[in-house]
Amino acid sequence: MQFVINGRSLDADVDLRTSLLDLLRDHFGLSGTKKGCNQGACGACTVLVDGNRINSCLALAVQYQGRKITTVEGLTSNGALHPLQEAFVAHDGFQCGYCTPGQICSAIGMANELRTGVPSYVTADVAAEAITVDFDEIRERMSGNICRCGAYNGIIEAISETLGTIPLPEAKDAP
Amino acid sequence: MTPFLYEKVSERGDALSLGTHPGAAYLGGGTNLVDLMREAIARPTLLVDVTGLSCKIEEDEKGGLRIGAGVKNTAVATDRRVRARFPLLAQAILAGASAQIRNMATVGGNVLQRTRCAYFYDDEAHCNKRSPGSGCDAIGGFNRNHAILGASPACAATHPSDMCVALAALDATVSIDGPRGSRDLPLTDFHRLPGDAPEIDTELRSGELITSIVLPSNGFSKRSSYRKVRDRSSYAFALVSVAAALELDGGRIKNVRLALGGVAHKPWRAHVAEAALAGRPATEAFFAEAAEAELRDAKGLRDNTFKIKLAKRVIVDSLVKLSNAKDAPR
Repeated sequence: MQFVINGRSLDADVDLRTSLLDLLRDHFGLSGTKKGCNQGACGACTVLVDGNRINSCLALAVQYQGRKITTVEGLTSNGALHPLQEAFVAHDGFQCGYCTPGQICSAIGMANELRTGVPSYVTADVAAEAITVDFDEIRERMSGNICRCGAYNGIIEAISETLGTIPLPEAKDAP
Repeated sequence: MTPFLYEKVSERGDALSLGTHPGAAYLGGGTNLVDLMREAIARPTLLVDVTGLSCKIEEDEKGGLRIGAGVKNTAVATDRRVRARFPLLAQAILAGASAQIRNMATVGGNVLQRTRCAYFYDDEAHCNKRSPGSGCDAIGGFNRNHAILGASPACAATHPSDMCVALAALDATVSIDGPRGSRDLPLTDFHRLPGDAPEIDTELRSGELITSIVLPSNGFSKRSSYRKVRDRSSYAFALVSVAAALELDGGRIKNVRLALGGVAHKPWRAHVAEAALAGRPATEAFFAEAAEAELRDAKGLRDNTFKIKLAKRVIVDSLVKLSNAKDAPR
């Protein structure tokens, strides 16, 4: 199978039962993406596929051949942290850090959804053209990412501060 | 997980012919099926990936929509026509799961998702849905999330979908194709009550594939809402949810649609309440009377009797809010 991960084309000979999460961690050594519940309940495994956030634990790798997959390892450029990573450090958006890669990938996916006009359950008028991004919107949209240390306040602050400035989550093209 | 073969198809005919193989299962986003396979509840030997089929939302001349079964949940909730004409459907989808799961999950897969009853997932438990004839540990066990309407001594599981509750209220039709031809079923007839065969969730026959969901245009869904009550404010299955739509003529009810989630083995269309309300004044007293009538046959188990009162209150509150809303904005 052929994959495009963080801008690199990679081949893997894997069992059809392999999840995208296990492919990333066990076959490509990209252990930034974490395995929490392995059943879609915690969000620790969140990655971006063509800019959209998904749970890699519920994804069969075979379905994601040729798609542009971005993991937390693909967010740095020339060794510099992504602005959202900087903001998580500045605002104490974590304690143990296990959920953090998923939180960060998820927030980048959320920013993309806001740009493309995806409403949420707390959007006052679901038919309205414009969405006002406030505290409640961010909390609702990030509810697929659990933090068992309870660092939510710092997470929300980091995301709020960065939101306007998150670069488009376009995955890098394969060489 | 049992080993399987995998085929991705780009033509419906190929899907249907592979779908007749013994052990075949259609694969959408995998958000429920992969989990069921990991738990050895589903053991397909051939996965037919249909995510490349039926990925469009088409419009008819009257403003109704045909939503392809392969359309992602997020795409439905984002579609401007859905948000303007069928806002309760967008709300219901957005009330379900998480953004990550909605980005993966297809419409067809949402309709076919299986109960999240904890006993169904527990291979140490007795569950007639998982192992027919083995009994039901939920009925005498922890059943806060279980059914109050239409349950049987064999099963008290609930259908977990939010989207389907809105579809039930919207008179949606499920379009199906299969080895013996195509057919359409009203969504309200698609899912079954458990009876003595809770292992069968739906009327879908072996090899059949959901191809689309049809939403007819109507005069009521612009004034509509989806309310969901759950144990935490986001990313949890419903204790009770209510899809409601109201069309008024002066102060009287011209058309009303009500469906309940989290209370039954299928999305529960509240026909009794609707009949009680048709032509009546849109007042709280009539709403309460109708809610009472709908829940008259409800039966609580040890931990879920609260749902009976809760369902009535959410019905009444939803209808009061809709009747007070300024004339439908769009």
